[in-house]
Amino acid sequence: MNENQSKLNIGLSRMLCGGVIMDVTNKDQAKIAEDAGACSVMALEKIPSDIRRDGGVARMSDPQMILEIKEAVSIPVMAKVRIGHFVEAQILQELGIDFIDESEVLTPADESHHINKREFKSPFVCGATNLGEALRRISEGASMIRTKGEAGTGNIIEGVRHLRTIIRELKMLTLLDECELYAEAKRLQASVELIKEIAITGKLPVPNFAAGGVATPADAGMLMQLGAESVFVGSGIFNSSNPSKFAKAIVEATTYYKDPNKLMEVSRKIGMPMPSLSMESLSERDKLQHRGW
Amino acid sequence: MIIGILALQGGFELHEHKLSELRVESRRIIYPKDLNNVQGLIIPGGESSTMLKICNELFFDDLKNFAKLHTVWGICAGAILIAGKVENPNQKSLELIDFSIQRNAYGNQNDSFIAEIKFGFLNDSLRECIFIRAPKIASIGPSVQSLATHNEEIVMIEQTRHLASTFHPELSDNLDFHEYFLKKVKNAV
Repeated sequence: MNENQSKLNIGLSRMLCGGVIMDVTNKDQAKIAEDAGACSVMALEKIPSDIRRDGGVARMSDPQMILEIKEAVSIPVMAKVRIGHFVEAQILQELGIDFIDESEVLTPADESHHINKREFKSPFVCGATNLGEALRRISEGASMIRTKGEAGTGNIIEGVRHLRTIIRELKMLTLLDECELYAEAKRLQASVELIKEIAITGKLPVPNFAAGGVATPADAGMLMQLGAESVFVGSGIFNSSNPSKFAKAIVEATTYYKDPNKLMEVSRKIGMPMPSLSMESLSERDKLQHRGW
Repeated sequence: MIIGILALQGGFELHEHKLSELRVESRRIIYPKDLNNVQGLIIPGGESSTMLKICNELFFDDLKNFAKLHTVWGICAGAILIAGKVENPNQKSLELIDFSIQRNAYGNQNDSFIAEIKFGFLNDSLRECIFIRAPKIASIGPSVQSLATHNEEIVMIEQTRHLASTFHPELSDNLDFHEYFLKKVKNAV
């Protein structure tokens, strides 16, 4: 990926800001998402809560299924590959996907390496739980970062923790002396160049989106108020009692996130959120957020 | 002078940076009332279908009324929103400039590209133009002026006070296009 490709790919990330990216498993769901105002859809065979329930190995979806969704909508289409699985990524690039999510929701294919995303033309989004992880992904060529949260739980606590952590660590870098940045790069296991850049800007060099556990318009509003630039909703739309209403409400909540009156309006009479899980009910080895290195 | 930036969804933040570099005050427009005391409006890139869904009938009419007196610049998705006619698929638009536009006409993100393009209003000098899942201007009406072309495709147009471009000047390191827009805003006022 040369400098121009990186401008194009980060450029597309910027155009997705202030929007909602929704998981969809077929073209009917993709149409519902587009009609509700999603700025992009994530095509996958099973939403995270079903992947969690079913267990086994979760892989890239059938390219045919992704193509059908691509043909059904006019908005950008994303799809997931397993962490480190560069051949799945080659297949999605060949298929002409708009964005590749190297995702902890699928079963990792490599226990120590992520994909070298600089070898690809297609843009990548990667999950992160803290700044060091985000910066390692950016060094590998990610054009967008999202928090991992805990996908498929409908529980926002992990997403909030990851977002607060990343933003606090970004702010802290702006307070350090230049000579302290080297030790900080060592502590975060991240590139000194990126650390120096953030010490000046206080921001990631790519957009910072939130994902994992979003179940209600209020969840989306909270992540936006905490500083996310867009919101991914996985199981939260199509496992709710009224997907179309939830989708529209979450889109509006993301635009009008600073307006409690609007948030109240959109939260009314939309039905039941997805069935959700407490973190105490998950063992550490069941947590998807620990996948990725 | 205050410039409004429609901020329903998309790349609105980068326009704030450009305008602040030019020492011009900007305001995010998310409600019709935000248009009060605004002299010009940028409709940024993003997803046009998303912006349309969030923008209700009342807001839509207020944007049309605003454009009767003031300059509006539509960029990429914004150009789609101000077009006279939208294809692939058909969708509603503000009809501020007499031209038709095709969405996603170049293909998917792998077909996004950067080109050096010559602009008459910049004394025929070249500028980097970034096209992201860009639309194509399919035809323009008789009173519309083409400001630049790339491989015979029109990429920027104007009609009286309004402007449309299918590339993203806010992603490049120059201020020329925002300066040109501000000049048009001042002339319209």
